[in-house]
Amino acid sequence: MKNFQLVRASSQQSAVASIAKDTEAKFIGGGTNLVDLMKKMVTTPDRLIDITGLDLKKIEALQGKTRIGALAKNTQVAEDALIKQKHPLLSLALGAGASQQIRNMATVGGNMMQRTRCSYFYNTDMPCNKRIPKSGCGAKEGYNRMHAIFGTSDSCIAVHPSDMCVALAALDATVFVEGPKGDRQIKFTDFHRLPGTTPEKDNTLERNELIVAIEIPDNNFSKNVHYLKVRDRSSYAFALVSVAAALDISGGKINAARLAMGGVAHKPWRLTDAENYLTGKPATAATFAAAAQLAMKGAKGYGDNNFKLKLVPNSIVEALTIAASK
Amino acid sequence: MAKNNTHSSHEEQQGANPGRRDFLKKSTLLTALALSPPSLMAASDNKWDEKLSEYFETVPLSLEVNGKKQTLNIEPRVTLLDLLREQLQLTGTKKGCDHGQCGACTVHVNGTRVLSCLSLAVMQQDAKVTTIEGIASGKKLHPMQEAFIKHDGFQCGYCTPGQIMSGIACISEGHANSRDEIREYMSGNICRCGAYHNIVNAIEEVKEGGQLS
Repeated sequence: MKNFQLVRASSQQSAVASIAKDTEAKFIGGGTNLVDLMKKMVTTPDRLIDITGLDLKKIEALQGKTRIGALAKNTQVAEDALIKQKHPLLSLALGAGASQQIRNMATVGGNMMQRTRCSYFYNTDMPCNKRIPKSGCGAKEGYNRMHAIFGTSDSCIAVHPSDMCVALAALDATVFVEGPKGDRQIKFTDFHRLPGTTPEKDNTLERNELIVAIEIPDNNFSKNVHYLKVRDRSSYAFALVSVAAALDISGGKINAARLAMGGVAHKPWRLTDAENYLTGKPATAATFAAAAQLAMKGAKGYGDNNFKLKLVPNSIVEALTIAASK
Repeated sequence: MAKNNTHSSHEEQQGANPGRRDFLKKSTLLTALALSPPSLMAASDNKWDEKLSEYFETVPLSLEVNGKKQTLNIEPRVTLLDLLREQLQLTGTKKGCDHGQCGACTVHVNGTRVLSCLSLAVMQQDAKVTTIEGIASGKKLHPMQEAFIKHDGFQCGYCTPGQIMSGIACISEGHANSRDEIREYMSGNICRCGAYHNIVNAIEEVKEGGQLS
């Protein structure tokens, strides 16, 4: 690892001021992804700004919404009584990610900021437009079993690896950030972005902005929810595909639905067409199958990941079926 | 004799930092003097000498490891794992993958299990760290150590310190209520010998025996 300076931020304002001053600086929270990227020399910051001392760890019920501090640990959120009761989908998604050791270290903000696990991104001997703009994409015609089938571009077919973010995208969360010009809010579904011609940008956060919290609006998704994660082993592996499904059902009829997927795109992939289709329909196998077909619009395989074209609709049906049966 | 050598090299290590800093400052100054006056002005304006010496600087750190206070100077890039193994000679904690994929480096920090390979030591100021060396009471092994021996919870033993530290936490977190739950919450500790069945047996027995809260 290249050596660096470490400074401890004593306040949000000083954290934002320090990062504004130094273009080679990065914030560090749990460090579970950043330290690994630094060991691999994928990223080589001159300065780390340790934000773990900031008072951003609270989880609280506010009027009509739940607010989670950006430095709350993944374990803390997953096991929080309020989250389990009001937003069990988020708890399930967090529990499906990483291992308990990593969840004990990783923060909410850091989870959002984690980079793709595309092996071409991680291997500095390989071309990667995300790591070095305009150097090419090794994955497109290379080994691309883990890669995206939605929203890809000629520049990049990487996926965002988070489970937590898939649930937050489904639950209409909002991201609160602080920058040199003050506070701003970003819809969670607009936080991560598609690669286009600039895959080096994972998200819409400015370099000098700090994530301070996320908020989830109250909803009726406290019962019929499921996070289905399909992977190569039953635990501690990244998703081949994952589905966050939340249904509000009464009398066998779907009043509202939320669906998002992981492992299929450069960002958590919200399935709005399928949600609209499900709304007002009976919660039956035929409804779920039709919704899953709608979700496949625009899907494209790259060879090794062609199996996802079949796995995705099957997983959507499975997740909806399990959610409806709870 | 050997002890004395160790002692003096330790002192040199302690003293190395200000010396190196001085050297860097002087050498930067010499380089700066060799430059033309406008460049010299720029060097001075940008405080290059300060930046260079700061760059190589080690930082003070104090933390508690297995109940013993440690005060050291370390480079910011040193991981907690390397600090334990290479500076404190606590080699019980193992370096498996060094990338957060195997769990061999699991230790407890402030009572929580974490991966020491992905933890920067410099961020552990005032932390209370417990390693595999710190769980026995004198010559009496920790119940989890006893159970691993009894149930043959290992073959080569390389993952064992991480498995034991994780197993203790798995129970204290309240995640050892069934064999399936134990498997799920122990999934961050890989055993390539495949002793999983016996590891679950060991953890289950300690849980049922109520030796840990």
